[in-house]
Amino acid sequence: MDDVKTPSSEERKSALSGLGTSRKRVEDARFTQGKGNYVDDIKLKGMLFGDFVRSPLAHARVKNIDTSAALALPGVHAVLTADDLRPLGLHWMPTLAGDKQMVLADGKVLFQGQEVAFVVGDDRYAVADGVSMVKVEYDELPVVTDPFKAELKDAPILREDIADQKEGAHGARRHPNHIFTWEAGEKEETNKVIDEAEVVADEMVYYHRTHPCPLETCGCVASMDKVNGKLTVWGTFQAPHAVRTVASLISNIPEHNIRIISPDIGGGFGNKVGVYPGYICSIVASIVTGVPIKWVEDRMDNLMATAFARDYWMRGKISATKDGKITGLWCHTTADHGAFDACADPTKFPAGFMNICTGSYDIPVAYLAVDGVYTNKAPGGVAYRCSFRVTEASYFIERMIEVLALKLGIDSAELRSKNFIKKEQFPYTSALGWEYDSGDYHRAWDKALEAVNYRQLREDQKKQLQLFKDGKSRKLMGIGLSHFTEIVGAGPVKNCDILGLGMFDACEIRIHPTGSAIARLGTISQGQGHATTFAQILASEIGIPASDITLEEGDTDTAPYGLGTYGSRSTPVAGAATAMAGRKIRAKAQMIAAYLLEVHDDDVEWDVDRFSVKGAPEKFKTMKEIAFASYNQAIPGVEPGLEAVSYYDPPNMTYPNGAYVVVMEIDVDTGVSDIKKVYALDDCGTRINPMIIEGQVHGGLTEALAISMGQEIAYDEQGNVMTGTLMDFFIPTAWETPTYETDYTVTPSPHHPIGAKGVGESPNVGGVSAFSNAVHDAFKPFGLTQAHMPHDHWRVWKIAKDLGLHN
Amino acid sequence: MIPSAFKFYKPDNISKAVSLMKDFGEEARVIAGGHSLIPIMKQRLTDIKHLIDLSGIDEIKGINITGDEISIGAMTTQVELINNEELFQKAPIIREASLQIADPQVRNLGTIGGNVANGDPANDMPGLMQLLDATYKLSGTNGSREVKARDFYEGAYFTSREDDEILLSISFESPSGGYAYEKQKRKIGDYATAAAGVIIKVENNKCSSASIALTNLSDTPVYCNKAVDMIVGKEIDNDLLDRVTKTCVDQSDPVADQRGPVEFKKYVAGIVIKKALKRAIERV
Ligand SMILES: Cc1cc2nc3c(=O)[nH]c(=O)nc-3n(C[C@H](O)[C@H](O)[C@H](O)COP(=O)(O)OP(=O)(O)OC[C@H]3O[C@@H](n4cnc5c(N)ncnc54)[C@H](O)[C@@H]3O)c2cc1C
Repeated sequence: MDDVKTPSSEERKSALSGLGTSRKRVEDARFTQGKGNYVDDIKLKGMLFGDFVRSPLAHARVKNIDTSAALALPGVHAVLTADDLRPLGLHWMPTLAGDKQMVLADGKVLFQGQEVAFVVGDDRYAVADGVSMVKVEYDELPVVTDPFKAELKDAPILREDIADQKEGAHGARRHPNHIFTWEAGEKEETNKVIDEAEVVADEMVYYHRTHPCPLETCGCVASMDKVNGKLTVWGTFQAPHAVRTVASLISNIPEHNIRIISPDIGGGFGNKVGVYPGYICSIVASIVTGVPIKWVEDRMDNLMATAFARDYWMRGKISATKDGKITGLWCHTTADHGAFDACADPTKFPAGFMNICTGSYDIPVAYLAVDGVYTNKAPGGVAYRCSFRVTEASYFIERMIEVLALKLGIDSAELRSKNFIKKEQFPYTSALGWEYDSGDYHRAWDKALEAVNYRQLREDQKKQLQLFKDGKSRKLMGIGLSHFTEIVGAGPVKNCDILGLGMFDACEIRIHPTGSAIARLGTISQGQGHATTFAQILASEIGIPASDITLEEGDTDTAPYGLGTYGSRSTPVAGAATAMAGRKIRAKAQMIAAYLLEVHDDDVEWDVDRFSVKGAPEKFKTMKEIAFASYNQAIPGVEPGLEAVSYYDPPNMTYPNGAYVVVMEIDVDTGVSDIKKVYALDDCGTRINPMIIEGQVHGGLTEALAISMGQEIAYDEQGNVMTGTLMDFFIPTAWETPTYETDYTVTPSPHHPIGAKGVGESPNVGGVSAFSNAVHDAFKPFGLTQAHMPHDHWRVWKIAKDLGLHN
Repeated sequence: MIPSAFKFYKPDNISKAVSLMKDFGEEARVIAGGHSLIPIMKQRLTDIKHLIDLSGIDEIKGINITGDEISIGAMTTQVELINNEELFQKAPIIREASLQIADPQVRNLGTIGGNVANGDPANDMPGLMQLLDATYKLSGTNGSREVKARDFYEGAYFTSREDDEILLSISFESPSGGYAYEKQKRKIGDYATAAAGVIIKVENNKCSSASIALTNLSDTPVYCNKAVDMIVGKEIDNDLLDRVTKTCVDQSDPVADQRGPVEFKKYVAGIVIKKALKRAIERV
C-alpha cells in the first residue's frame, strides 16, 4: 500500500473530466449508431395516426368542410374540425405572445398550409388517403403579404375575431392588422441628437423571413389513459414543463395528471418552443378515441406551417461626430408576424430583446420602436439559434456601423474600435436599458484583426480590385467584419416570464451510496450535449468523475420545473442551478467529512474530490467515502442521504460576445461567392468543454452561412410558399460548408457561479452579419450601401448589374 | 408525403413489361431509379395505379461498347456511367456531366433511362444526349422503333414516347474532339440554373465540327443548331465565340423560379456557354 503514490491534485482533477476538458460527447455513441429515441421511434399498442388537411390558400373563407368521403374510407376513424373542438373550447389556443391562434380553421384560413381538419386513422397511409378525401369549399379573399400594405386604410382585415379590439396584449392597436407598438429608449432626446449631428447614416435593413428547419420535424404522441385519467405526451418540446402547465390551463386536466416527455430531439433552433395545433389535435383525438395518437409533420408541413424566424424591416439612423464618435441610434422596425402573433418571447417582450440593438458600442442615446403587423403568412417569429430577436438586432447595428463608416469615409474596423464599450465601463448600462455584465471588446477585436492579418487582407483586396478594373478578372474580394454582443440566459424572474411562468431553471442531484450520481434539470438538450457538459460542471463542483454522473432531462414527472432550452439559457440558468445544487451537496459533504475525520466542520477543506484536514492533507475523506457514509452512518444532526435541489433565478442575463471575419471572392457575372476564410473569435466566459464549443460554433456558422447566402421562406403575391422543400430552401451540405477557424478570449460572467455565458447561438448572431458584410464590402468601391439578404446567386448578380458592372 | 395506393409489378423481361403497359394504359407507369417519379408520387401530383418496376429486366442494363459504337441500357445507373473506365475512354463527357447530377445517393439509384425518358427540362442527360446526337430505342405494343434524342422532346414532361412504350437503350458514337459540360447550380443536389455542353473539333484553329446543347434553359433541352452552323468552318477567335454564345442564348427560353428571374438566367447561360466553349477548345 505504502508504495502506491497518492495521485496529485492535478492528476485527480484531470480524472474528473470537469470544466475545461474536451470530453467526448456521451450522447454520440447512441446517435451515431441509430440508437437514439426520437418521437417517431415511439410506438405504443393500439396507436393511431393523425395528419392535417391544410389550406391551399393564403386567405379565404371556409364555406363548407365535407368529411363524409374521408370517413367512409376503411382505416379512417375520425376527422376533427373546428366544430368538434369548439365544445371543448379548443378550436383556438393561446399563443406564447398573448395572442390566440386557430387550432383548426374557424370560418376562415389566414395562411397557406393552415390546419383545417385533423384526420385520424390506422396508419399514415390510411390517414393520407383520408386527408385527400376531405372536401373543403373556400371563398377566396384578398391576400396581404407585404407588411407595409397591411396597415393601409383599405387593406383586407385578416383577424376578424379581434378587428374591433383597440387594445392588444401589448397595448394600443391602431389598425385591425396592427398587433402592437413596443418602444424603448428616449425618443425626443434621440431625435434631437440625430437632427443636430454632424454625420447621419440612414438605412433600411431587412432581415428576411427564414425558418429554423431542424433535421427532425415537429411531432408528438399523445396518450390519454382513461382508467387513471393521466395524459402522457411525448413530443418535440424545447420547454416540456411550460407545455405541461399550458396544457393543463387550456384543457382543465389537473397538472399532476399530465406528463410531458421530450425524448431525444433532433435539433430545435427555436422551432420547437411553441405549441402547435398538432399537439392539441393529437391530445383531443386521444381523448376521443381512447388510444394513443401520433402526429409527425413532414418537411413541407414544417417549412410551411410551423414557426418561421426573423422577417424584420429595420429602418435605422445612426449619428456621429465627423471623427467617428457615435452619438445616437434610432430604429423603427416593422415586424411581420404572419397570421397570429405566435412569437416565442418572454411575455413582456413582444419584440424580444431587440433593444440590444446598440450592440457592442457605447452609444449615449437611443430609441427603438417596433410595430408588429398581421399578414397572410404562417405565424411564428421564433428565436432561430439566437436569443429573442438578438440576431436581428445584431445584424441591424452591424449594418448601420458599415453604412456609417461609408458616410464617414473611414475603415469600419477602426470605427468599431473607436466606439466599443471599454473594458473598464463594465458593468455597462446601455441606452436602451440593459446591464452588460462583462467584456473586453478591444482585446478580442485586436486579436481577431491580427489573427486574420487584416491589413494584408485589405492590400490583397486592393490588388484584386485593380485586376477587376483592368479587365483581368471578373471577381471581387469582400472582407466582412462583425462584432456582436448577445443577451442570453433569460432570465431574471423580475422581468422575464412566459405566460406568467418565471424563467428560472432548476437542477436536482442525488448521490448514490457508491459515489456515482444522477442529476436532473428543467432544460432539454436538442443536440447541445447537456449530458456531457452539465456532468462536467458537476464533476468540478462535487469531485465525482463526469463519467459517473447520469444526466436526465425532459420528463416532467421526474425533472424539476424549468423553462427549457432556447435562447442560450441552459448554461446561464440551468448550468448555474447545477453548480449551486453541487455546492449544496458539497456543504453537506463537508459536515459528513468533518464528522468522519473527527474534526470541526471548519477544519476540513475541499481538495478536488475530497475533504482533507487543514494542515494534514494525508487525513481525508473522498466524495465516494462520504457518499457511502451518508447512507450507512447515523450522523448526529445530519439527515441521511446526499441530495440537493437548486432553483436558480439569475440576477442578470449574460452577454457573450465575439469578433468574426469572413473573406469571400465574388464572381460578378454568375453571382457565385467563394468563401475563402471564416474566422470566429468567441468570448463565452468560462469554457466548459472546448470541443463542444467548437462544434457549436461550426454548426451555428453553417446556419449563418445558409441564412445570409440563400435560405429564405419566400411567398408570392398570392401568399403561396415558394420555398416549401429542401430543393429551394437552402441547407448547406458539406460541399458548400467552408473551413472554419475558431478562436477565443475568456471574460467570465461576474454573476454566474462558474462564469459561463453560453455559446450555442453566438455563431449565428455574429456569423450572419459577417457573411452579409463581406458581400457588401466587395461592392463598396462601386457605391453599394445596402442590399438585402439572402445573398444568393441571382441577388448578388443583381447588385452587380445595378451597379453597372455587367457592361 | 405519402403516395396513393398502387399495385406493384416486377416483370423479368421487356415483353411482359410492355404487355402490362398495354393492359393498364394511362394508369400504368414504369419505375426505374424512382428519383424523379417517387417525389411526385409522394406529393400526389400524379395518381398511378399500376407501377411497373424495370429493375428485374437484365436485357436493358449495362454498357456495351463495340469499336466506336456505344450502347447503354436504359436501366444503367448514373454511378455506373461514372465508374465505367471504358466509357470514360470513349466518351469522357459522360462522366463529367454525370458527376454534376444530384448527389451520390441519387446517382446510386437514378438511371440514364429514367433521366432521359422523364422529359424534365431540368434533367442533365437529355441535353447531353442531344449533344452526342444519341438515338433512343423504344419498344411498345406496336414493336420497336428508334428516335433521335434531338427529336424526342416536345415540352416539359412531354416526349414523343407513346404511353405503352419503354425505353430500352441509348446509343451514340464515340465523340471526338474537345468537350466540356458546364453547370451552374445553387448547391450540391440542385438542378441547373443554367448548363451547357460543348463538343468541338478544331483543326488549324478552324472549327471542323461542333455540337452545343443546353439544359434547363427552355421547356425542353436546347440543341443550338444555329450556333453550330455559325461556328463550323470558321476561324476561332474571341469575337466569334461571343457571337456563338449570343446565338445560343437567343435560342434559350428559360422561366423564372427560385433560382432567379429570366434575365439572370439568360445572362448566366451566356457565361456557362462561353466557359464550356473555351474549355472544350482548350481540350482539343
Ligand atoms: C435531390 C435530387 C436532385 C436531383 N438532381 C438532378 C440533377 O441535377 N440533374 C439531373 O439530371 N437529375 C437530377 N435528379 C433526378 C435524378 O437524376 C433521377 O434519378 C432521374 O431524373 C430519373 O431517373 P430514375 O431512374 O430515378 O427514374 P424514375 O424516377 O424511376 O422515372 C422517371 C420517369 O421516367 C419514366 N421512365 C423511367 N425509365 C423508363 C424507361 N426505361 N422507359 C420509359 N419510361 C421510363 C418513369 O415512368 C418516370 O415517369 C435529381 C433527383 C433528386 C431526388
